[in-house]
Amino acid sequence: MVKSELIQQIAEKQNHLQSKDVETSVNHIIDAMSNSLSRGQRIEIRGFGSISVRHRPARQAHNPRTGELVHTPPKSTPHFKPGKELRDRTNLSRALHPIKDTKDQREQY
Amino acid sequence: MTSLTKADIAEHLHSVVGINKRESKEIVEQFYEEIRGSLERGESVKLSGFGNFTLRDKSERPGRNPKTGESVAISARRVVTFKAGQKLKARVEEAHTAADTSTSEDGGNHDAGENDV
Repeated sequence: MVKSELIQQIAEKQNHLQSKDVETSVNHIIDAMSNSLSRGQRIEIRGFGSISVRHRPARQAHNPRTGELVHTPPKSTPHFKPGKELRDRTNLSRALHPIKDTKDQREQY
Repeated sequence: MTSLTKADIAEHLHSVVGINKRESKEIVEQFYEEIRGSLERGESVKLSGFGNFTLRDKSERPGRNPKTGESVAISARRVVTFKAGQKLKARVEEAHTAADTSTSEDGGNHDAGENDV
């Protein structure tokens, strides 16, 4: 599911709202989450999960193949921890629904 | 700093989009419910500019009870993983790299940014 499909799904169930308002709202929800993480503020949605910023300090590492010393810069990345309801629901439907979109996922990594 | 919650997002929608409070609360609730529903159906969710929520099936593996040291099998399960998109990663990186170098010197606290802004 991509953003446009998500907007469409919500709009279908919200018949008293214009789909343009739904689209604007979804964009604002995503922006609010991005802005929050950019400020270092974590997001906590009960039943969905939390997203926080994780920091990794700079360190000296070795290239495992050549043994050469490489300097890795400090890093900060968003980290998602699924909430209980999301964890349980996805896990319970495991037998019913195979994972779709696998090819696409693999290309992401 | 406290966490961003559904109530905060709904309040924001109400003031910025101009929809009433009940509607904004409903949209926020539905936003997360649609994502959960999609993942429940085995479909990943891709939000351009933010990131992808994908699924992974894990097979059973041996584990240990950290309290007792007793070995127990961790059952096969499906898990949700999130991978931040380029845009979000760049924004987070940009905002924190400067602060990070100073915090990493005094030990590089793992989740330092959560409370210190």
